[in-house]
Amino acid sequence: MRNLSFKKAFALTLAAVMAASLAACGSSGSTSSTTAAAQAADSGSSEGSSAAIKIGGSGPLTGGAAVYGTAVKTAAEIAVEEINAKGGQQFELKFEDDAHDPEKAVTAYGILKDWGMQASLATVTSAPGAAAAPMYKDDHIFAITPSGSSLAVIYEDPDNSANPFGNVFQMCFTDPNQGVASADYLAAHPDLGSKIAVIYKNDDNYSSGIFAKFKAEAAVKNLEIVYEGTFDDSNASDFSVQIQKCQAAGADVVYLPIYYEPASLILTKAAAEGYTPTFFGNDGMDGILTLEGFDTSLAEGVYLLTPFSADASDDLTKNFVKKYQEKTGEVPNQFAADAYDCVYAIAQAVDAAGLDASKSPSEFCDALVKQFTSMTFNGLTGQDMTWSETGEVSKAPKAVVIKDGVYVGVED
Amino acid sequence: MKSNKNILSVLLNKRHKGRTISYTLVVAAWIILTVLQRGGHVSSLIAGLLVPITCYMVAALGLNLNVGISGELNLGQAGFMSVGAFTAVCISGYLAASIPAAPLRLAIALIGGAFVAVIFGLVIGIPVLKLQGDYLAIVTLAFGQIIKSIITNMYLGFDENGFQFSFVQNTTELAPGGKMLLNGPMGATGTQRIATFTAGVILVLIALMIIYNLIWSKSGRAIMAARDNRIAAELSGINITNTKMLSFVVSAGLAGAAGALYGLNYSTLVPNKFDFNTSILILVYVVLGGLGNMNGTMIATVVLVLLPELLRSLQDYRMLIYAVVLIVIMLITNNEHLKTWFKSIRSKQADSRKEAA
Amino acid sequence: MEFISYLVNGLGLGSVYAIIALGYTMVYGIAKMLNFAHGDVIMIGAYISFFALMNFGLPIIPATLLAIICCTILGVVIEKLAYKPLRQASSLAVLITAIGVSYFLQNGAQLLWTSATKVYPSAMPSGSLTLGGFSISWLTLITIGVCLLIMAVLTTFINKTKTGRAMRACSEDKGAAILMGINVNFIISVTFAIGSGLAAIASVLLCSTYPSVFPTLGAMPGIKAFTAAVFGGIGSIPGAFLGGLLLGIIEILAKAYISTQLSDAIVFAVLIVVLLIKPTGLLGRKLSEKV
Repeated sequence: MRNLSFKKAFALTLAAVMAASLAACGSSGSTSSTTAAAQAADSGSSEGSSAAIKIGGSGPLTGGAAVYGTAVKTAAEIAVEEINAKGGQQFELKFEDDAHDPEKAVTAYGILKDWGMQASLATVTSAPGAAAAPMYKDDHIFAITPSGSSLAVIYEDPDNSANPFGNVFQMCFTDPNQGVASADYLAAHPDLGSKIAVIYKNDDNYSSGIFAKFKAEAAVKNLEIVYEGTFDDSNASDFSVQIQKCQAAGADVVYLPIYYEPASLILTKAAAEGYTPTFFGNDGMDGILTLEGFDTSLAEGVYLLTPFSADASDDLTKNFVKKYQEKTGEVPNQFAADAYDCVYAIAQAVDAAGLDASKSPSEFCDALVKQFTSMTFNGLTGQDMTWSETGEVSKAPKAVVIKDGVYVGVED
Repeated sequence: MKSNKNILSVLLNKRHKGRTISYTLVVAAWIILTVLQRGGHVSSLIAGLLVPITCYMVAALGLNLNVGISGELNLGQAGFMSVGAFTAVCISGYLAASIPAAPLRLAIALIGGAFVAVIFGLVIGIPVLKLQGDYLAIVTLAFGQIIKSIITNMYLGFDENGFQFSFVQNTTELAPGGKMLLNGPMGATGTQRIATFTAGVILVLIALMIIYNLIWSKSGRAIMAARDNRIAAELSGINITNTKMLSFVVSAGLAGAAGALYGLNYSTLVPNKFDFNTSILILVYVVLGGLGNMNGTMIATVVLVLLPELLRSLQDYRMLIYAVVLIVIMLITNNEHLKTWFKSIRSKQADSRKEAA
Repeated sequence: MEFISYLVNGLGLGSVYAIIALGYTMVYGIAKMLNFAHGDVIMIGAYISFFALMNFGLPIIPATLLAIICCTILGVVIEKLAYKPLRQASSLAVLITAIGVSYFLQNGAQLLWTSATKVYPSAMPSGSLTLGGFSISWLTLITIGVCLLIMAVLTTFINKTKTGRAMRACSEDKGAAILMGINVNFIISVTFAIGSGLAAIASVLLCSTYPSVFPTLGAMPGIKAFTAAVFGGIGSIPGAFLGGLLLGIIEILAKAYISTQLSDAIVFAVLIVVLLIKPTGLLGRKLSEKV
């Protein structure tokens, strides 16, 4: 009985906290909208175009996938700082945590919308992107995702690549494109090897999405896949079986459409077993050379089909890598590069359309969609990029090979 | 006047007080939020959280029946949510063309989700309820993991030629215009978002009704007797396995319905969502709200879903602070000194009331 | 031949599970609590030995010792701050607190060391021992050897020393142990210290085999080791050892011969079957019910 009375008291306290918190949420929501309105009014009357355009975005900043969200956030901040430093139209970035969870991505979307974002970097990862994309469509807010590569991020009906949202764009390749490009590359370069083994992460959108199309395209090109190995979150550390099976199947090319962390384990394990096939990866593999503690000699001879490499010698890449390193002490990966490009692409489109902060998100959306489908953009991750009406990007993946611990472009 | 008083006293007597408060709370919350929403006073953030809160609430209420009333630690509630969610998403996806009316389709999908979860509850309950204590807990955890693993490997699609199903290796090849209902690890995509807050509130009310009626029935008393003293209950002629099964299955069904609503609230649903962490999250709502205390569960759910959002201003530190808050709450609510202090306040109040009378 | 090599890999993985499971099972046996933060102590151990190896350039044995010392202190501090005040509370309250501690350690590690994966340096002898056309890597041999050594030392400790006897007494009947003049709080602290120290050793072995260090590193080995402990009969030390080894072997064989996708489901299915046949695990004692 005494327990019960205590619980009641506790429940009441909780109830009070809840009421207070709901009230707080309500009020904070309304204040932010009023300040937005006030700002809009200000900019309309006195300050003109000097008010900042609000760019939103969400990604995992906590949890297992936090490394990707953090990379995007940092790179986007660098881009915004650079653009603002030039004078001209100012931008403001608000980046919320979605913990790589579709539910949290919708929550983050709510926060950004309350804040009054006028354009967005959508989400960093695919599943949250697929959950947030219909909201962007419903509210008519322009979004371009740096790295949400699944078809479900841009199509309402991803199974048939039909009904594109129309206002959600991608800076990265779609997964199927990467799979097709990889199969085509292997078919065109039989010197790399002819017996192909694949190890992919079957509970990951990115990895299984690439693999599905790779397999289909491999069948078309008569490539021989001798082994298909998988792993998932709960056994992403032990690759002894997969490596032994690859060896037993006599594979001389191992295709790894996965991120660099598990790939580093596979390379280490293969080296320990004395197994030396050609390893072939996609953009997720970028980052392997800068993994803290990784013996880069193990990555010698690894092929990557990637739009970005941090070792490229052009000024744009050098400047970006330098700034990123100053800020974080780490070398940027393709997530960061795509995010940097996203902000610059939005800025370019805003400039071309002559938009300023006084326009509504909906006006932004119409103008930006029009710009994106007609402009060409040069960035870190490619030259002469264009976008189709469906939001898909068209750019050329580059094949690079790791030699002496650096990426070297492969001439076709 | 007199009859009014009677109704009031019936509603507030020992037997009905809990549920009267529960129903009032839920309906009041619904009215307030609906009115605010109509007037455009609810921020997008809160509007987006309404449906998931009701989902977690229903799953937590079901789990409280299991853990609080029946006394069995269940670490696999997310597994039942998963079953319900994917069933509902499949049903809704398949019926999208033939039943365009969203509320009807939602109702069918919710019932379907709950039904399949009940079947799973029955099948899993038979082995699980033979065990006791922490062994039972680990087996529910194991089933939760197995369900996640299996759904992660299921591929189900349909086109004009009918259904295609494959397991582990995706062999479905749909004709143009076909739709993948389940796509292995990618789960379900392109789901129509037909869940509504009102449906969520109705579901919470139904859950409360089922639970309170069960608690105050003969079976409910048997369940609690079995919890408090298994052997004495058995000696009084109670079939322990059957009573435990009843609460286990009802809990599974509620989790299934909750999952169904959840699944239909988002355009995409991944099997990984319903992992061990989600089971634990729901358990935290139950324990924090108080075992057997349905109102506590509902309030704890709301507070703990909102807490990480309120802590967003702390940026990177928010999940760290969330963890600290969780530990501190557990330490405070279980502190013997504080309990004694509360007790003394209660008894003083009771004394003063007596004196006043 | 192929089968034997899978078996040896399974034994290696199983040895790591066994060492972690020992920590789970001892804490359960004496404090009667499921310490879900145990996996995260492994993660802390992994980071500490990582920095000892990489940044301080220590050899593997001092690095391991440093990790053991830090984890032991961490384990005792966690026990004193978070679990001791809940000694009289329900086991569920302790469970939720343990989960809070687990969140705390994971998020704390993310803030301190970022969520970027770090690659664990290979400080163990590389290469393999070849016996009649069949080779086993030194690392696997060392892992299995360390596990056997720990098992032997722990059994001697529990059976021959005064503290060990006191631990057994506590696990048997806490009330009676107090009456016998045993300082139960001290014994619980010792148990946490040993369990956390073992977690540190497990972290070094785990990361040497799978060289990835990240903040959620301990979660999955934690759950699997917990499963292993229940498998063998939670509270039983030989049970944890046997459970860990079997779990490792089943996992690797399931991956090799059935399906890599379903290996987890198979591990858990085997656990369920075992518990249905022996409801208190392989070596667990039958619970006697008091009337």
